[in-house]
Amino acid sequence: MHTAFIQFTEVRKKFGSLVVLNGVNLTINKGEITVIIGKSGTGKSVLLKHIVGLVQEDSGQLLIQGEPLNRLPRKKALQFQKSMSYMFQDNALFDFLTVFDNIALPLKETSRISPSILKEKVHTRMSQLSIEGIDHKYPSELSGGMRKRVALARALVTNPEVILFDEPTAGLDPVRKKNVHHMIREYQKKFGFTAVIVSHDIPEIFDLAQHIAFLDEGIIAFEGSKQEIMESDMKSVHGFIRGKDIRNE
Amino acid sequence: MDIHFIQAVGGIFVPPITSVGRFFSFFGAGVWQIFTTPFQAGKVLDHIWFIGAKSIFIILLTGLFTGMVLGLQGYYTLVTFGSEAALGGAVSLTLIRELGPVLTAIMITARAGSAMAAEIGVMRMSEQIDALVTMQINPIRFVFTPRIVAAVLSFPLLTALFDIVGVFGGYLSGSLLLGMNEAVYMDKVIRSVNLADIWGGFFKSLVFALVVTTICCYRGYYSHLTQQGEFGAKGVSLATTRAVVQSCICILICDYIITFFLV
Repeated sequence: MHTAFIQFTEVRKKFGSLVVLNGVNLTINKGEITVIIGKSGTGKSVLLKHIVGLVQEDSGQLLIQGEPLNRLPRKKALQFQKSMSYMFQDNALFDFLTVFDNIALPLKETSRISPSILKEKVHTRMSQLSIEGIDHKYPSELSGGMRKRVALARALVTNPEVILFDEPTAGLDPVRKKNVHHMIREYQKKFGFTAVIVSHDIPEIFDLAQHIAFLDEGIIAFEGSKQEIMESDMKSVHGFIRGKDIRNE
Repeated sequence: MDIHFIQAVGGIFVPPITSVGRFFSFFGAGVWQIFTTPFQAGKVLDHIWFIGAKSIFIILLTGLFTGMVLGLQGYYTLVTFGSEAALGGAVSLTLIRELGPVLTAIMITARAGSAMAAEIGVMRMSEQIDALVTMQINPIRFVFTPRIVAAVLSFPLLTALFDIVGVFGGYLSGSLLLGMNEAVYMDKVIRSVNLADIWGGFFKSLVFALVVTTICCYRGYYSHLTQQGEFGAKGVSLATTRAVVQSCICILICDYIITFFLV
């Protein structure tokens, strides 16, 4: 039995006159992989950024284990934020830091651990993600796939309870996409974190998902399992997963 | 009163007031973080290397030629009044009180300030600053605080270097090129300059360090808060241009204000 870990209730957000989220209701369960799909520009990343606090809702509520995030006691809110990692679409690696320093950054800046433990933790993650021996390289010297793995290592190094992935496979070839999906699945099994993934990789991403949400025109138009979404007779869902725009038909 | 009138007035005054508030909050937050542990000594040293050490060559070059021009112009002006002996005093006081701090600050703005704005602007556009937030790292502490400490330490030292090289440039023009007595030149330099002039110059360079670093880092940090169509590469280039122009203007305004109170 899963517990509602993160819950969006009637969340609305607009930028200027552009309404992006128009009453989103979504439940993210603890220890599950939730995948958010939807057309480009429908606000999937904005939805994700609400969880991590990069964007604030105009109205509605974001509940964390039943309590509104903006009304959590400071200590508890901080604890929640610390339990999260965010993997950006373009990795957001620091160009002026080496691979080692990029991965070590969240530990180095937020905790006072000894250099030897820091080194051990970073190297453990690097070896788990098969990126050993590139400690002194800079992100610009790496391939797209390697950069993704460095970003994933940075996201995992703090042992987060929740990892938010914003299009983790954008710009990768099919083989590397498969590898990233495999990596997420394996590490989610291994570490048991809650994962929220924004993705366009349909239908491959469905194999990874335990829960799928379809964001359309500012609302979650559909929620369910892989089987339910594949069997859905909703025109918008049906059209989207088969690559058809029903409004143009 | 017509609601549209109130909205129009608000539309004119609210954005600049918000911007000023944001600027001073940014400055305050950055300065506050200087005194919070752990201190960022390593990062400060990196930025001293970039702002200070790497600026030495252009400071030497501009200081030397500024001093030489002052020596040349000063000599031909003073000689018409038969008071060319005052050249040493004129060159050294002009440099130490005014040109040293001002030109040093402008040269550092052009070399390091523009780079600060562009680097932080790119960090903003490529979501590196958002990444810091998600990692629970204070982004102002990370990008701004070490730079302001490095600037406060580097600006006065570079100004001192500019002054010394400038006085030497005046000597090259006045004594070696135009044949003025070397001893008279140096004697006038030593007798004319007093400690208050030197402290005044250093005080100016400290103020310029705060002004330049804050404007350049602020412009880069908020490069995403621009007009429509000014995002991405254009946003960064505009942020950099604004940082340099505004820094130079503020240097001159602050120079006038400080001079007004010091004279």
